[in-house]
Amino acid sequence: MNSLDVKTERVEGWNRPPVIETDGEGELLEVAMGPHHPSTHGVFRMDLALDGERVVRLKPVFGYLHRNHEQIAETVSYLAMMPYTDRLDYICSLTNNWAYALAVEKLVGQEVPERAEYLRVILAELTRAQNHASTIGFLLQEMGASGTPLMYAFREREKILDLFESLTGSRMMCNYMRFGGCRVDASPAWLDAARKVVAALPAFVDEFERFLSGNEIVMARCQGVGILRPDLAVNAGVTGPMLRASGVNYDIRKVDHYGIYDRFRFRVPLGDHGDIYDRYMVRVLEIRESIGILEQALKDIPNGPVMDPKAKIRGFRPKPGEAYGRIEAPKGELGFYLISDGTPNPYRYRVRPPSLINLTVLEDMCLGSNVADVVLIFGSVDIVLGEVDR
Amino acid sequence: MLGEGILKGLAETAKNFAGSFVSKERMTTVEYPEERLPLPEASRNFPFLVYDGSDWQAGLRCVACQICEKECPPKCIYIEKSKDKKPDYVGKLQIYPTKFDIDISVCMSCQICVEVCPFEAIKMNNEFELATDNRFGGLLLDRKELAKSNEYYHQIHPTEAAEVDARLAAEKAKAEAKAKAAADAAAAKAAGAPAPATPTRVAKPSEGERKS
Amino acid sequence: MDGAGGDSIVKTVEEIKAAIEAAVPGAGVTVVHNGSPSGQHSLRIEPEHAVEVATFLRDDAELALDFLSNVTGVDFLDKEVSEKIKVTRPVTKTVDGLEQTVEETVEETRKHVEPGYLEAVYHLFSVAKKHGPVVLRMRTRNRSDEVELPSLTPIWRSAEFQEREVFDLYGIVFKGHPDLRRLLMWDEFKDHPMRRDYVEPDDYEYEPTPHDKVLARAQAHKAAAAAGEEKA
Repeated sequence: MNSLDVKTERVEGWNRPPVIETDGEGELLEVAMGPHHPSTHGVFRMDLALDGERVVRLKPVFGYLHRNHEQIAETVSYLAMMPYTDRLDYICSLTNNWAYALAVEKLVGQEVPERAEYLRVILAELTRAQNHASTIGFLLQEMGASGTPLMYAFREREKILDLFESLTGSRMMCNYMRFGGCRVDASPAWLDAARKVVAALPAFVDEFERFLSGNEIVMARCQGVGILRPDLAVNAGVTGPMLRASGVNYDIRKVDHYGIYDRFRFRVPLGDHGDIYDRYMVRVLEIRESIGILEQALKDIPNGPVMDPKAKIRGFRPKPGEAYGRIEAPKGELGFYLISDGTPNPYRYRVRPPSLINLTVLEDMCLGSNVADVVLIFGSVDIVLGEVDR
Repeated sequence: MLGEGILKGLAETAKNFAGSFVSKERMTTVEYPEERLPLPEASRNFPFLVYDGSDWQAGLRCVACQICEKECPPKCIYIEKSKDKKPDYVGKLQIYPTKFDIDISVCMSCQICVEVCPFEAIKMNNEFELATDNRFGGLLLDRKELAKSNEYYHQIHPTEAAEVDARLAAEKAKAEAKAKAAADAAAAKAAGAPAPATPTRVAKPSEGERKS
Repeated sequence: MDGAGGDSIVKTVEEIKAAIEAAVPGAGVTVVHNGSPSGQHSLRIEPEHAVEVATFLRDDAELALDFLSNVTGVDFLDKEVSEKIKVTRPVTKTVDGLEQTVEETVEETRKHVEPGYLEAVYHLFSVAKKHGPVVLRMRTRNRSDEVELPSLTPIWRSAEFQEREVFDLYGIVFKGHPDLRRLLMWDEFKDHPMRRDYVEPDDYEYEPTPHDKVLARAQAHKAAAAAGEEKA
């Protein structure tokens, strides 16, 4: 069924996407962009109605990667869902693990030892750095840079993934956080290797910026394109770098004070215009802030256990109740809502996916621009289909 | 000047391009399969069963308790228990698995089976070149294919294997001391002499402490 | 707080309830207590006044809940409740040759079905004041025919896709949603997959690995297919 044929109801007062007037000559060209498309970051379809090159209507269609993640949770135990959360946002598996562990720890009131908190922060900031670098690389690839910036980003990403492999055993599907701490301790050799990687990161970011930020093609294609108003962003539930690029100062690390983020000094970069260039710059600046947090955490990490000795691995039965736990994942606000009814399996397990909610405003940003800009705007939203469809 | 940004970017690329001929850091390609990067020690891929000694059936540590089968998230382990028993590493008679299948096309390498095993019987292998053209049975590993010796475990994960061995040796020593004390008490009773003044030991399960 | 991220709440649940009842008279608001240590109690609102309550929550100067973070659907099945009641009934009995009407007390087990319901849970935060979460719940009357709830998309745009997903997976029909279609499943799909009594249709392609439940289903499927072929 063509989603463009759907007529939206006349509903008063909602923040509807603007209606583009056409000059009435000829027909609109209806194109399905995707799901089999190199630029759609996965299996994602956009039904476009085009007037020449201009987008008049855009309807996103997804569900091609729906793997029934939330229903699987109702049949297996809480611990068994941890490896499944790796596969939600498959590029940032450690932050997914942390969000789920945080939600379960809220549900049962579990404490986490200090060294585990430091390790969580170190791994989350490494994840954020490699995610932002890859996102910028993919954005540049869609602009036509044929993969060179992407490969530079992946060179740094390989170093970070090697760190993950020597600590958790796997490069991407790490399955490392547990309810009450982390699975294994990091040896002093690993911490030294991490310090070496972090010491090399500022040079990489400098090289990236020299390469890209002043580039005229990047500036011409990204500045003033895909503008998102801050009030619409807040009303549509947009979070993460996309929200901050529109100028709204909302970073869950600063708002919720989860973990031990209060101990680190870092700034929150904000954008002025809310266009693609601002999102790119916010991501670059966030990598720099992550490097700052990493240096502080690697210096101050204390010795101690990494797992609360009272935490249960098997036979985990929370009391009936519910909890909503959220973190600042690299893509936005990743939340887990758990309802427990006293059995070892969750009664309801819900993932609040930042990529899906950020896509709510895709239509608003793309209307009136060209198809080539749609590709870039979509790349700047930074989605991962594993999270959108779960 | 118009184009200054592009020229600076091209200068960066040229530096990388020229540098890749002279410095190892710029040229990061490893030509697989002729060259292989060494895997870090903690690297994991699919599970395998550990056996002590040289006979894989007699030395298999698994006692078919089925805890890994229950905890496995995608339920890829399939175990059938035996009807008879065989002695384990401390000499106690245990049942063993007659069937232990892991479907590695389903296994997601999460390592939960290793974490929950109380007998140090299942560990993670790091072999990844397992592609096969047998569509229906090639990725279903049975007991014989999964069983690998303790020496192999030492080869792939030396630190972990050394810790496991130390733990098992400590348990074995404790069990032997307990058996000796029980034998002494029985011998003393048989000889009619009053029982020696050793305190009675409380029976402890033979599951060792596991590092979380 | 070590281990648990802080929720900063400006008002307690009772205070928010009082504020809503002051602003929207007649709104049926009840506090639903949460048993876990997370302390996130929720407010159950009646569907009739939900849109007004939501508008008040968003526009109020103190609460300023302008950010809808999460919309969740939950399914609660019909519960059969049996209770033992003592019933006193007049019974005609023959006593000593005389017919008499005597009162007799009998213990009976009465069963009745408590209807299940579908629930939509909304988590609200405030970006302006940086507090939250405030949890709202709305329940449908039952699971079969009265499954309508008012949509909160006109108030918070982020509910647009999430309410579509709840409709797709649970079957709650949101009145007033501008574009209520299925989101994750394809449009011609029947039934609502995340309900607790959902039975999957038997339309798999099976690979014969000896993996107990899958093997049993594969054999049943092959037998059914073979029987179907014979009949056809």
